Amino acid sequence: MSEYIIKNGHVFDPVQGIKGDKKDIFVKDNKIVDKVGSGAKVIDASGKTVMAGALEVHAHVAGPKVNAGRWYRPEDKHFDSHKTAGITRIEGGKSIPTVFKTGYEYARMGFTFAMEAAMPPLYARHVHEEIHDTPIIDEAALPVFGNNWFILEYLKNQEIENTAAYIAWVLNQTKGYGVKVVNPGGTEAWAWGLNCLSIHDPVPYFDITPAEIITGLMAANEYLGLPHSMHLHQNNLGNPGNYTTTLESLKLAEGVKAKNNFGREQVLHSTHLQFHSYKGTNWGDFESGAKEVMDYVNRQKNLTIDTGNVTLDETTTMTADGPFEHHLNSLNHLKWINVDVELETAAGVVPFIYDPDNAVFASQWAVGLELALYAKDPMRCFITTDHPNAGPFTRYPRVYAWLMSEKYRNERLNTFKKADKVISATTLANIDREITLYELAAMTRAGPAKCLGLSKDYGGLKPGMNADIAIYNINPDKFPSTGPEIEKAFAQVAYLFKDGKICVEEGKIVDMGKKHTFWVDAKVKENKQVMHDVREKFLRYYSVNENNYSVPESYAPHQHIISVDATQA
Amino acid sequence: MPKEVTDVICPFCGTLCDDLIVTVSDDNKTILGVKNACAIGAEKFNHQRLPGRVKRPRMRQADGTYKEITYDEAIDWTANMLVKSRKTLMYGWASTSCQAMSVGHDIAEKVGGIVDNCATVCHGSSLIAIEDVGVPSCTLGEVKNRADRVIFWGCNPAHAHPRHMSRYSIFPRGFFTVKGHKGRKIYTVDCRYTDTAKCSDEFIQVQQGYDYELLNAFRTAARGEVLPDTVGGVPKEKIYEIVEDLKTCRFGIIFFGMGLTHTMGRNHNIDIAINLTRDMNDYTKFAIMAMRGHWNVTGSGQVLGWQYGFPYAVDLSRRDQARHQTGETTSVDLLNRSEVEACFYIATDPGAHFPIDAMKSSAKKPTVTVDPHINCTTEISDIHIPVAMVGVEVGGCAYRMDNVPIETRKVVDPPEGMLTDEELLTKINHRVDELLAKGGA
Repeated sequence: MSEYIIKNGHVFDPVQGIKGDKKDIFVKDNKIVDKVGSGAKVIDASGKTVMAGALEVHAHVAGPKVNAGRWYRPEDKHFDSHKTAGITRIEGGKSIPTVFKTGYEYARMGFTFAMEAAMPPLYARHVHEEIHDTPIIDEAALPVFGNNWFILEYLKNQEIENTAAYIAWVLNQTKGYGVKVVNPGGTEAWAWGLNCLSIHDPVPYFDITPAEIITGLMAANEYLGLPHSMHLHQNNLGNPGNYTTTLESLKLAEGVKAKNNFGREQVLHSTHLQFHSYKGTNWGDFESGAKEVMDYVNRQKNLTIDTGNVTLDETTTMTADGPFEHHLNSLNHLKWINVDVELETAAGVVPFIYDPDNAVFASQWAVGLELALYAKDPMRCFITTDHPNAGPFTRYPRVYAWLMSEKYRNERLNTFKKADKVISATTLANIDREITLYELAAMTRAGPAKCLGLSKDYGGLKPGMNADIAIYNINPDKFPSTGPEIEKAFAQVAYLFKDGKICVEEGKIVDMGKKHTFWVDAKVKENKQVMHDVREKFLRYYSVNENNYSVPESYAPHQHIISVDATQA
Repeated sequence: MPKEVTDVICPFCGTLCDDLIVTVSDDNKTILGVKNACAIGAEKFNHQRLPGRVKRPRMRQADGTYKEITYDEAIDWTANMLVKSRKTLMYGWASTSCQAMSVGHDIAEKVGGIVDNCATVCHGSSLIAIEDVGVPSCTLGEVKNRADRVIFWGCNPAHAHPRHMSRYSIFPRGFFTVKGHKGRKIYTVDCRYTDTAKCSDEFIQVQQGYDYELLNAFRTAARGEVLPDTVGGVPKEKIYEIVEDLKTCRFGIIFFGMGLTHTMGRNHNIDIAINLTRDMNDYTKFAIMAMRGHWNVTGSGQVLGWQYGFPYAVDLSRRDQARHQTGETTSVDLLNRSEVEACFYIATDPGAHFPIDAMKSSAKKPTVTVDPHINCTTEISDIHIPVAMVGVEVGGCAYRMDNVPIETRKVVDPPEGMLTDEELLTKINHRVDELLAKGGA
């Protein structure tokens, strides 16, 4: 039994509405409690900021495409390969860090959970092997469904119940967390070298449109009452003028109501919105569409978003949007990996250099910041870099600093080589909002936890919640006056508690904690049709046998299983 | 009553067939029969019951004979060797599980080992090419369901991956390929008429050593440029004809093997084959895949990838950094330069595959070999530690040639008291910890 008192810290907790008041937080074993015994160890947090452990809502940190990126980019290790003294292993890589570095770096920044954003079901064992080897942080993974043959066939006939039963089966087989949709229909079209750029383009052979896939999966998600909503990477990513496709896609959620027991209110999470908020007709007249998109998102209470902030680094793009990576490769001509996955999905990987001297990349940088700064409800807008697509997650401290300091971001904006062009193509220069610590706690803790259906135990500091706590060397009364100081403070926590154990002390890893793999076990009524279809597809079309498809228990040693009962639905 | 174990994963090649049926004796000790496997795969299971199997570690004596020692003695000797040596080659890994590799890497990081797998003498050149230009590929099920043009270039699955053609590439009927073999056009490009060529619609005989030129000619033809009368022994009319056929297919794939990786040009051959594939994607859908041979060599690359960021030849001897440089941290080069102080071989037989000079260098160093069987390498080792056969006597994760992982199955018990790779490595790891805590050996 271990007990702690975190004394006199400035607490920021949107769950309880605490906005920087000096408060003591009590920890007993793995929980936050009302009081502890006299023997509790005292952590002096005076002059420091106390928040819940942060939750990453969307990152590519484990699995086949991430590892393909590591494999084929030995040069990424030239940026960093080192070992710190103590219990840690060798850490390597910058945009695609090794699993060890991934776990340590998230923990050093105060994160206790990360969602792997795209798991091809056939490769689920690989994803879980990497999650297993990633230290400290809890993780979960979202299987991709938007181009899956079962889904395309069921939704063509509007069979929501069968769609839901199949989703439940896949979550169980792959130890998956929810419903990820990437370029719905477009990736299946890519198997023939084609794409679906609008939500009304028919998918070759399957004769269904992206709009129908999105609508159907949203319905199936709510039918099951999953903790997380459908998680959507829209069609037409990364193209000038795509904000209209984005708005059209988001409008599909109008009138759809969240149905679940987890306190989740949204029915659609729109991810890395930065890549989907462009106006103009080509890269020459490219403009920010962030205002238009966020005006809509602000009005629609059943949507959540994450930003996908460009960090202006050399990075490695990777997505299940296979046709997009092919397109990107035709723009930058760097090395291209593609993997088409039978019956399910595809993935592409292309290195990318967001050169700040390029007006388009600098404008993308501005668009990402605009999204967060236009967000009226920080509980529905989360900060991501779509790691590693818009930049590595290790740049979060810098993104926070840009958002929290108008001066810092204007310094960057005004010193771009093509500053005039960037300023006229975007609206960032006119925004004076600075994100507060309280808003940041909502955008990185309470908000993502609620969006993922984890708000009962995570994302806050209320007694009874899990003792995942980050303490930063930030005195809100003397808030750092320069950007680099803000960055430094968020890059290295003073302390990180994970499940009530101190895992990081002054940026140094002192304990590997006990990481958990979260997955959702959804129970549905027995569905003979779906089980028949599964059997048939494995017998005839898959290249592995059905009995060798599931992820064995041993791959997820500390499972945190969230049960959902949809048998009465 | 004998019983049947179904959905068994074959532990032989990178095809990783997962539909074997193995009949096992009532007491779980003996394999009585294997169904669905190819001849090589079946033999892998049959080895399990061969008489004369080594069941306890053996240590070589001064007179060259072997004496049986206990696992504890072998573990202690091995741990001491690893701790004493400033730079140890830890080579092999292709016939063991990813779980075991993970433990091995932990040891390597502590003692300053260089972890390398048999890609170093196999598809290492493919990996170099992928590091340079990437690779557009797919899973094998995609080939089965969609491919209407298949090219085997410098590979001979009829012998090396016997069930590849029936499961994935030539014969199977898939979703969009209902006619099976009849709906596909199969090309084989090779310098000799192989058994795979016999199964093909068209055999293109390339002059030995002219693969790069021929691939280059394909790219040239695809762009409509002028070719000389023949390239690599192939008439230009044929080249134009094939390229036109490939451009108009629905889904094409190139499978390639040692005929490209180990002939003149090596990684450059793969590089240009990949670039041809990239070009073809401007007209239709095209993929390319390495015919990875040794069972779980792909898995070794994957685990090294997520732990250190490189697929093979990972030098951890600096203890604070992972390095990877072909020619510098690759096994054969290290041995030829006599740069390592000890050798630890596991689950692969370098004695049978490395150049003789490299093995001569190896034979002079303290050497431990971990392998279920006696092989060329065990005979030049100081200690041979037998272990349970992965995929037969113990499960564990293995990766197919298209990087799809499959958890293998245990079908019979290992001989009484025999350790698995993972158990053995875990014990060595603990002993290494003890020795290091005491300040070294």
